[in-house]
Amino acid sequence: MKIELTRQKVHNEFAKKVELISGQNLFACYQCGNCTAGCPVAFAMEIGPHEVIRYTLLGLEEETLGVNTYWLCASCLQCTSRCPKGIDIARVMDALRMVVLRKKERKDHIQIPEFPEGFLEKVPQIAFVSGFRKFLS
Amino acid sequence: MDYLYFPGCTLYTKAKNFDQTARNCSLLLGFELKELKNWTCCGATFPLATDNIMALLPPSRILATAREEGTALTTLCAICFNVIKRTNRLIQGDVEKRDKINNFIEKNYQGDLQVLHYLEILKKDIGFPQLKEKVKKPLAGLKAAAYYGCMLLRPFEEMEFDDKEKPALFEEFLEALGAKAIEFPYKIECCGSFQSVGSPDVATECAYKILGSAIKNGAEAMVSTCPMCTFNIDHKQSDIKQKYLDFNPIPVFYFTQLLGVAMGLDYQTLGFDQNAVDPIPLLKEKGLL
Ligand code: SF4
Ligand code: SF4
Repeated sequence: MKIELTRQKVHNEFAKKVELISGQNLFACYQCGNCTAGCPVAFAMEIGPHEVIRYTLLGLEEETLGVNTYWLCASCLQCTSRCPKGIDIARVMDALRMVVLRKKERKDHIQIPEFPEGFLEKVPQIAFVSGFRKFLS
Repeated sequence: MDYLYFPGCTLYTKAKNFDQTARNCSLLLGFELKELKNWTCCGATFPLATDNIMALLPPSRILATAREEGTALTTLCAICFNVIKRTNRLIQGDVEKRDKINNFIEKNYQGDLQVLHYLEILKKDIGFPQLKEKVKKPLAGLKAAAYYGCMLLRPFEEMEFDDKEKPALFEEFLEALGAKAIEFPYKIECCGSFQSVGSPDVATECAYKILGSAIKNGAEAMVSTCPMCTFNIDHKQSDIKQKYLDFNPIPVFYFTQLLGVAMGLDYQTLGFDQNAVDPIPLLKEKGLL
């Protein structure tokens, strides 16, 4: 992907919003890739958590929100625990979810009526309560 | 001695076997779990968005109510432990949020409660050497994998449970019961957690990696501290088996169930009917039933 870098792009509103919700300084990231290397769901992600941070910094809002990475994050905090720059990446992933889920019109990531039959009876409450918090507007 | 106890939603339903065995074992060890009055769900996730005060209210209310009854609160479910302990830390350190929360829940809670996990009581208050002496039926010959998962440990500065990369408390516990605790590289990896609701296939894959790693290192059973982990690594083994035909399921115990076996509790009180992979054949094979 070819991106033209400008001062405006690097100080973009999207990154500011993500920084505000997550409470993290994205500029601290030096792209070492530690977060992605230890992420247990990286195998299913379209781009790694470190790339999500880079995309966000470059103001690529559409591209960042368009990947499955932050939806697949399980908030396991492995990346957070291993980031040499002290960035709480799990908070960044959650902030991206919030950017989508807090939009004016409802943007649920999961559809409850589409759960297979018997699923609700099988799964423990903690999975639903946390899942609904992470995936519903 | 009594410990004020917060069971949480799942331990009242899908993980009754976890709750019951913990209560029964505590009596044999000389303490009682006294259930907190009027508890609610803790929210099952510590809010990572810094402006989400709403999600801090249920755990804060639990803490404030508990403080009216005592000075420490004990948990069993690793997720409840994480959510309640992190909220407590936040209330201790963030005066502005503390005031906001207190205004909302109409309490005046200052964060002066100790949040404990059952395993910490066993280690610090009972002591593993003393626990070993109380064991009636040592789990000799049982090779078990202590599976920590995420929530007991991370963020380690806040949870203060054990080392962030090489924890050992859980293994020490299993060794005190007489079992052989095997080492495996996936012991602190995530089971997929709530992705079992968002992307079930991804969670199944995570569980497969953890189980596969434990089995490769000689585990005959897994031991869990969390109903979410247990769902993913026990109840999803049938899905794993469908995808990976050469996969051989192994039982997943709550640590209190193994404690119950070792303390000589009648196996019919251990709630094995709620386990997905039946542990009884393995226990019989080891001469423990
Ligand atoms: S581990 Fe930290 S510094 Fe390294 S790429 Fe990830 S966020 Fe950036
Ligand atoms: S918190 Fe999310 S991004 Fe970080 S390692 Fe865990 S699953 Fe991956």
